[in-house]
Amino acid sequence: MDLLVQSIVNGFIQSGFFALYAVGLVLIFGVMGVVNFAHGELVMVGAYTVWFLHAQHGVPFLWTILIAIVIVTAIGMAMERFLFRPKRNDPLGGLICSIGVLFILQIAATLIGGDGPSKQVPPPYQGTFVLFESLRIPVQRVFSIAVSLAALVALWLFLTRSKMGWALRAVAQDREASSLQGINTNRISMIAISIGAAMAGLAGALTAPLTNINPHMGHNIIITAFIVTIVGGVGSLSGAVLAAVLYALFHTMVTTYFSATIATISGLLIMVLVLIIKPTGIMGRSVSD
Amino acid sequence: MPKKYTNCAGLAGLLAALVIVPHFLKYHHQDFLIFLTINVLVVSSYRLVTLTGEWSLIHAVMMGVGAYASTLLTKSAGLSFWISLPLAGCVAGAVAAILCFPLFRMTQFYFLIGSFAAGEAIRLCWIHFIQPFGGTGGISGIPFPELGNIDFLEPVPYFYLVLVIVTLCLVLLYRIEKSRIGLTLRAVHWKAPLAESVGVDTWKYRSLAFIIGSAFVGIAGSLKVHYLGTVTPNQYGIGFMVFILIWVIVGGYATFYGAIIGVVVLSILDESFRGFEELRPAIYGLILIASILFLPSGLESVPERIRGWVSNRAAARNGPGIQG
Repeated sequence: MDLLVQSIVNGFIQSGFFALYAVGLVLIFGVMGVVNFAHGELVMVGAYTVWFLHAQHGVPFLWTILIAIVIVTAIGMAMERFLFRPKRNDPLGGLICSIGVLFILQIAATLIGGDGPSKQVPPPYQGTFVLFESLRIPVQRVFSIAVSLAALVALWLFLTRSKMGWALRAVAQDREASSLQGINTNRISMIAISIGAAMAGLAGALTAPLTNINPHMGHNIIITAFIVTIVGGVGSLSGAVLAAVLYALFHTMVTTYFSATIATISGLLIMVLVLIIKPTGIMGRSVSD
Repeated sequence: MPKKYTNCAGLAGLLAALVIVPHFLKYHHQDFLIFLTINVLVVSSYRLVTLTGEWSLIHAVMMGVGAYASTLLTKSAGLSFWISLPLAGCVAGAVAAILCFPLFRMTQFYFLIGSFAAGEAIRLCWIHFIQPFGGTGGISGIPFPELGNIDFLEPVPYFYLVLVIVTLCLVLLYRIEKSRIGLTLRAVHWKAPLAESVGVDTWKYRSLAFIIGSAFVGIAGSLKVHYLGTVTPNQYGIGFMVFILIWVIVGGYATFYGAIIGVVVLSILDESFRGFEELRPAIYGLILIASILFLPSGLESVPERIRGWVSNRAAARNGPGIQG
């Protein structure tokens, strides 16, 4: 029983990361029509930044989170300007370019961190909350779920309350029509990828003290992001967040009771099933609140 | 007609050169030549799948299916290589046939992601089910082919074996592409609704291309493991799939030989980067991005471009004429 409650709580905390990964992927796909295969590597760069600055050079953790966001956002903006924009009418071309970026970022990480064993970042927030005598939640995890929630709420407010957010959703719905209404679609694309990359950078920075950091960590992240995006419905942000919670709970449960590999296999099968039965996912189509 | 004869003579010359060349190479270059020849079959079979306009991300895993099938058939079931080689193709084709039902209910982006998911699920099964697939470490000690007194442990005889089988497969693939089926596949790509309106079952033809392509890459997988002697799940992961994509895209996919040019040119380039082992993927990434941005129709379009460039120069020299 304790194990069950504990894994539900762990699943909820995990869902914050999953949502951050998927939201960026959804934004970039929704607005620009590009599947960003390098998204996992953006998260990896965020984690490496924290490892390099905080664990190696002693920069305060909160500062390194900000720096990670800035670096990853800059990479995302460069990808949009130099790769995705010239390939706007060729979604496959954009996808292939992002695979090229994936390789380059992996090698960059290897050059900075060296090969060899995975890196660890000592958690800056020590201590554990103990609830109901048996439920243990490390403070570091509480911190990361709180920050991810705050980021998601901020994104939701931006998309639903600001003019820019409305414009972004309009572009996601119909690029041509919104361009006829005087919306600068290139600028909106830049904003979309900036937000997506910033979320990835934040996720990477937050996850750094909780996982093993290595140049290939992006692989599992992109698989998770794909599963969450597809199950939630391509282009639906609320769907992605809901799917992130469900999948995180499911993944944590199966990992606890069986194994992580089984969890990923069944996640992939669920995703294929969703693609067959209801390709629009559990929530509609276009980017909406 | 004469062009056809020059092409045939060119191909015969190339084959003759390939028969002689390995004797003048060092050991590891002979190895390289074997894997290059196998990869030529991999990209050519992938091309058949892409003829219908669907880019799958499962081709590398299908090669792995052939590799594992051949491994288990020879090592565990004790069959001879000569039987397991075609059977590996059949098994890969059969797995592809089963996957058709879920996968071809999707198209475009959904198919891409769906095929990636299905492939990853198969690969994770190899990792998870240690009996019979051997887990992450895979299976080693796979027997070499046996035929009379020929020693297939040596690279040169094995290269001849690979060359014969790959040439046969390429001829078959070429015939399929030029046949009525190949033409219909193109129709399915460019004008699917029109093709359907004249009674073409697009689902059937997409599946057919996928099954045939997978069967041939299964054979390639079998050829690879019986030379390497080991098979692991990571050899056939998304990493290798990306290389297949790069070869096809950099080479160009409008013609049959485009993908082959891609794999040959990039592999030779890759060989020459041996000095900077750890930078290789990044160099590949840069080549990929550069070719997408600056050479979107691939290496196969280079002669055409040079011709266009030369004639433009000539036009410019003849003074400002009427520009279109």
